[in-house]
This record gives sequence, C-alpha cells and structure tokens, in this order.
Amino acid sequence: MKQKVRPMETFMGAMFFACGIIAIAFVLFISLYLIVSGLPAIWEIGIVDFLFGTKWASTAAEPKFGILPFILTSIYGTCGAILIGVPIGFMTSVYLAKIASPKMASIVRPAVDLLAGIPSVVYGLIGMMVLVPAVREAFNLPDGASLFCAIIVLAIMILPSIISVSETALKAVPHEYEEASLALGATQIETIFKVSAPAASSGIAAAVVLGIGRAIGEAMAIMMVAGNVANMPSLFSSVRFLTTAVASEMAYASGLQRQALYSIALVLFVFIMIINVALNTLLKKKED
Amino acid sequence: MPTIIEAKNLDLWYGQKQALKKINLEIPERQITALIGPSGCGKSTFLRTIDRMNDLVPGVRVEGQMLYAGEDVYSPSVDVTWLRRKIGMVFQKANPFPMSIYDNIAYGPRIHGTRKKSELDEIVEKSLRGAALWDEVKDRLKKSAMGLSGGQQQRLCIARALAVQPDVLLMDESTSALDPGSTMRIEELMRELKKDYTVVIVTHNMQQAARISDRTAFFLLGEMVEVGPTDKIFSTPEDKRTEDYISGRFG
Amino acid sequence: MDHNEHKETRALSSSRRAYDLILRGLLYFCAAVTCLLLVFVIGYIFVRGLPHITWELLSTSPSYIKDTIGILPNIVNTVYLVVVTLIITLPLGVGAAVYLTEYAQNKKLVAAIEFATETLTGIPSIIFGLVGMLFFCQLLGLQASLLAGSLTLVIVTIPTIIRTTQESLKTVPQSYREAALALGSGKWYMIRTVILPSSIDGIVTGCILAIGRIVGESAALLFTAGMGMSMNNFFGSVDNFVHSSGASLTVALYVYARERAEFDVAFAIAAILMILTLVINLAASLVGRKLKKH
Repeated sequence: MKQKVRPMETFMGAMFFACGIIAIAFVLFISLYLIVSGLPAIWEIGIVDFLFGTKWASTAAEPKFGILPFILTSIYGTCGAILIGVPIGFMTSVYLAKIASPKMASIVRPAVDLLAGIPSVVYGLIGMMVLVPAVREAFNLPDGASLFCAIIVLAIMILPSIISVSETALKAVPHEYEEASLALGATQIETIFKVSAPAASSGIAAAVVLGIGRAIGEAMAIMMVAGNVANMPSLFSSVRFLTTAVASEMAYASGLQRQALYSIALVLFVFIMIINVALNTLLKKKED
Repeated sequence: MPTIIEAKNLDLWYGQKQALKKINLEIPERQITALIGPSGCGKSTFLRTIDRMNDLVPGVRVEGQMLYAGEDVYSPSVDVTWLRRKIGMVFQKANPFPMSIYDNIAYGPRIHGTRKKSELDEIVEKSLRGAALWDEVKDRLKKSAMGLSGGQQQRLCIARALAVQPDVLLMDESTSALDPGSTMRIEELMRELKKDYTVVIVTHNMQQAARISDRTAFFLLGEMVEVGPTDKIFSTPEDKRTEDYISGRFG
Repeated sequence: MDHNEHKETRALSSSRRAYDLILRGLLYFCAAVTCLLLVFVIGYIFVRGLPHITWELLSTSPSYIKDTIGILPNIVNTVYLVVVTLIITLPLGVGAAVYLTEYAQNKKLVAAIEFATETLTGIPSIIFGLVGMLFFCQLLGLQASLLAGSLTLVIVTIPTIIRTTQESLKTVPQSYREAALALGSGKWYMIRTVILPSSIDGIVTGCILAIGRIVGESAALLFTAGMGMSMNNFFGSVDNFVHSSGASLTVALYVYARERAEFDVAFAIAAILMILTLVINLAASLVGRKLKKH
C-alpha cells in the first residue's frame, strides 16, 4: 500500500505539539523572568538584609529594603485564615457530604460555588465598608484596616475551595468503611469523624494546601482592608503582605525600589511553588 | 436450644416494593443458621433487618416484629448502637478500615468506651485468636490492614466484630469473594465460633450451607418458604419449591 | 471488669451522647455560618448596589464637566478583554488538550504538561500581572493597554480551557476514533470531524469558566491594562486597537472605592459583577449538566 504524504497532517501535528507544550513554556517563562528580574536587587541589597531586614523604607533618603515584615505578615495572615477557614470549611463539607438532605445540599452547593465565583474586589469592598468600620468601633482603634480584617476576609475567600475539595474527598470514601463502623455500633457522627474523615485525610490535606495557596496569593481584597503600612505584623495594626507590597508601589517605583519589588514577587513565587509541589504530591498520593 | 432471634409476621418495603412478606422465623442460640435462596429473594434483606442496617436505606419501612432476646429491635427503647454491638456483622466484601491491624480491632472497643492500653491489648489478642488470625499477624499489628490477603482481611473483619463481644454474628455471603482455601479456613472458624456465638449466614453456595449449618431457611421472592434442620432440608424438603432449588432446577 | 459493666448499659453513654451532640451541633453551626455569610454578601451588595444601577451609569462615560460618573467605558473594556482573550486562549488551550489526549505518547511529557498546567492554576494573579507588565507592556512595547491585559489573561485562563477540554475529550468513546481512522481518514481530519464536535460541551464549559475568571480578575490587570476611565475607540485605527488602555469593571470598582471614595458607584459595579457571576455559574452548571447526560 502506498503511504500518502499528507502535509496538512504533519503541519497540524506540529501545531498541536506547540500548543501542548505552551503551558510548560509559560511556567518556564514566568520562572525565568522572575528570577532574572528579581535576583539583581537581592544581590545588591544582600540576601540577609533583604529577607531578614525588619525595616522597609523604599522612598527614604537612605532607603531600607527589608521584607521580613511582608513575609511574616503573609505567613501570619495565611495561618490565621487557615485557622478560621479550615474548621468552618471542613465542617460545612461534612455537612454537605454526609448530613444534608439531597434537597438541602442542592441549595447549599451552588451557593458555595457562587461564593467561589465572586471577584476578589467585591470581597475587598465589603471588607472595607463593613468589616473595617466594625473592627474600628469594636476594638476602639483609630483605623480598623488591619491584619485582623485581612485574616477574616481571607478566611471567607478560601472557604469555597476548602469546602468543595474536602467534600469531594469525603464522598470518595468507600461506603463499606462506613457500613463496617455502623455495624460495630458506632453512631453516624462517630463514623464520620473516626472513619470517613481519616480515610479522606489526604484529600482534606490537599484542600488545606489549596487554601494556603489561595490565601498567600490574594492581593486586591487585602489591599482594601489591611491598611498597607509596612509594619511588623500585629493583629490590629495596619500591615502589608508580600502581594500588596508588590501592588502598592509598582505604579510609581523606579530604580532599585522597582527591582526590589520584582524580588518580592520572586519570594512570593518561591512560596507558591513550594505549595504547588506539596499539593501535587498530596493529590498523587490520593490517587494511589 | 433457646431462641435468641425471632421474626414475627415481618414485612419490609423498599419504597413501593415489598421485599419481605410475613416472615416468621426462629433462630436458636449457639447454632449456625443458613439463609439460602436465589438472588433477590430477600435473604440479605432479612439479615440486615436483624441488626437494623436496613435503616440506612432511604425509604425503607418495616412492619411486624423482629425480636432479639425477647425485645423488638424496632422498639423505641432499643438503642441501635447497643443492638449492633450485641449483633455483629461481617460483609460480603472484606472491608477493613484503612488503619493498622491493631486499630481495626480496637476501633469498636474504643468507640464503646475502652481506653486503657492494657485492656485494648488484651481484647485485640483475644479477638485475633478467636478469628484464628493471631499467629499470622502478631508481629505486624501496627502495619496497615490493607496489606493482608483477601482471606486474612475477612478474618480480620470477623475479629473486629468479635472485639465488641457480641452474642450474634451475621455473615452476609462472607466467603463469596474468597478462594477455596480461605473459604475452608473461615468455615472451620465458624464451627469454632458457634460454641460461643449464634451465627447466621447468608450464602449462595448450597454446599457451604449443607457443610456447616445446623439449620437452613429457604427464601424465595420475599417469602420464607421452609425452615428446618439442615439434613432434613437437603434430604427430604417438604415444599416442592425447596426441592427444586436444592436440586438445582433454578437459582 | 470495666468491659462487663459496659455490656449491660443499653443507652448511649453520656460521654458518647455529648460527643455526638457537640459535633453534630458544630456541623450545623458551620454550615449555617457558610450560608449566612453567603446570604449576607449577596444581600449587602444588592441592597447597596442595585439602587445605584441607573441607565445613565450604564450608558455614559464619566464627565468632569457635568460631574457625573458612567461606567460604559469599563463595560466596553471588559467586553474587549473577554473577546480578545478568548480568541487567543481558546485555540491554544483546545490545541493543548487535543495534543494531550490524541497525540502525546511520552508519559513523562504528559506529566510535565499536566504539572505545568496545575502550577499555572496556582500562581497568584499579582504575579501574572507583574510578569505581564514586564514582558508585554515594557519589553514588547505595548505599554499599559487592554491588549497587554488580554495577553496576560491568556496565561491566566489557559489552564481552565485545557482542563475542561481534556475532560470532555476523555469522554469521547475510543470506538469513534477507531471508526474514523479505520475509514482511512487522517488524524487531523478525525479530530476536526469527530473529536472536536463531540467535545463541544466541554469546550463551552471551559469558555464560560474562563469568562468568569476574566470578569472577576483584577490584580493581573491593574498594571497591564491600565486604570483609565474614558471611552476608547478601539476600531478607529490599528494603533487604537493595540494601544488603548483602560480599567475593567473590577479595576474600576477598585479605583472608585479606594481612590475616589465613590462608594455608590463601587457598589453598583459590585452588584453588576455579582449578577454576572450568578449568570456565569448558572450557565456553567447547565452546560455541565448537559455534559453529564452524554
């Protein structure tokens, strides 16, 4: 049989291949770009002074570029959001997966999806108009914009991903496990918390890691509620996160200051990559 | 032999569909009773009514009585967790929890309030010995139960059921997924178990019923057709339908 | 001994009952908190925003002379972003998915592509914004422009398109492929005539989700698409098309709320965004349901 040469076939094959590797290209491109543009400032400032310097004064006569306040704020903010968001999200997912009637679940689930789809500026706006004044009144502060507000807003924003990922994990637990537990005389609640949840633990862990990633990467909503002053973090003071540090000075920065912002983005990127790898490992483990 | 479980005019519906019709059946203590019949005849449903595992099915409705030790299991004074502790169950497919062997056995006792390590150790050893599994696993109690073979997993499930000190053990086609060797071991184990426990088995395998049970009940289309000593059921059944089934004419 | 005592207690022990009650209570409490949050967020935005959505707001540009605010330019900018982004991201994303399911032989390459896709999903918008600004606006000389914003959003949305398309391609029965190939059609022909038509629902779902992402995106646009509030004439010339810059709805919300203290306008935009989110979610679930039926 004669093999027909089809130039179109070859061409389309090559096109599809090009599309296929585009995701890899994007990731490499972003990584390289951040490294190339982020390293010079770290080099110039000194890695120790940069990462562990406690003072950020980028526009001072004698500028200081210590980003420890941002790093710590991002870590505290994320931990706080996880501390509040994970228990509420996990419990809601248990409710949806195991307790709620199908009718109830069919109302709550789309509602959770909606919560996930709301743009972050909308959360920021509500935080700014409701939460910040409320915190100012309640704790008698000169300004309510604070780490505390950021934590609350982040906790709400990570809820939907935690709920949907852990609900999926809980639903994937084989029914046989639950049957065995009930047959031994355990109650439904005991079964859920002593058998189903442990069996779904890697999926729930993935939900937590996903939440961490969301929280550490959020910028706009926090810009609107955290105050944006480069303080060392404390619960009721105005703070700046890694993300908001990049966003708040980018518009007018130049020279070393601008390069230092790229370096902050690089640090943020490193955090995110670590979280991504952790997430991937967890999800792989779940599949096995 | 005194009766421990007794069904009186028991009807059961799944939604509109009646799955059990006016069942009257007495199950004597410390014997092996086998429930046989073709698929969908209601034998598993009956078994699951004894320990109220049918409660989990949405739309299930029961009428009549199911007595355990003289008390209706559906009466409001009976706590279902208590009932299920007294009446253990082993399922068709071995279903150990994804935990260590030790934690699998200790799960029930822990749930029911035993916390002391020494006590738990004792229960774990006793239960595993009771299920003829101790010698095979005593060196790897902390290893995952998922690493055991199918037959071992099923014996682990039996041990897990024994650990909460039940009176009755219900076995729902518990050897149907196992190889002949593992099946033999579990049948031997059942004979041992009947010294201390009442055993009720559901089986598709008529040879198995004939080999190990003391009494046999034949179910067909939601009705209990005939019950009697196993020898009699298999040699001189009274009902034509039983005879047809035993001789392999359908099923 | 202890064990025998337990044997005789029939009812649930008080500690077990407490455990049950407390946890059950917590479950209902947390589910209620989630629901109340949602009701509050939606309710608050609508109550504060809906009354300020007027025809004038929707149909005009801001005017300093008349001291009025209109968000028509922002609506148009958002539409520009959605259209241009989809035009670029759709072929790329669908192509990548086709490559993954129909062409790729090398398992390691597939794993690498999938890892890269997931990584892209996890990268925060602000990083996309920064890289987009550095590359598209500065290096390629586009400056802050909607085109640069769209190109940045291509990177943001491509994982969504790849994933949903890939999922629906996987549901196309192997027999379709075999039948097409057995008839002697080439691979591209088979993809064009058999594979893509039968996975159209998945591609549509991907589009809807991508639109949702674009409409809700802000951090990636702040420094790439600009913050201008005046009307662009995109089709006036090629130069206009390439270099027009301006704020999307989300960025406009941010600017009005943070810098201009025009809270009524901000809430009006927020209400519009909520309605869009609702519509997008509804559309996605409808298409998703149709997809499941197949």
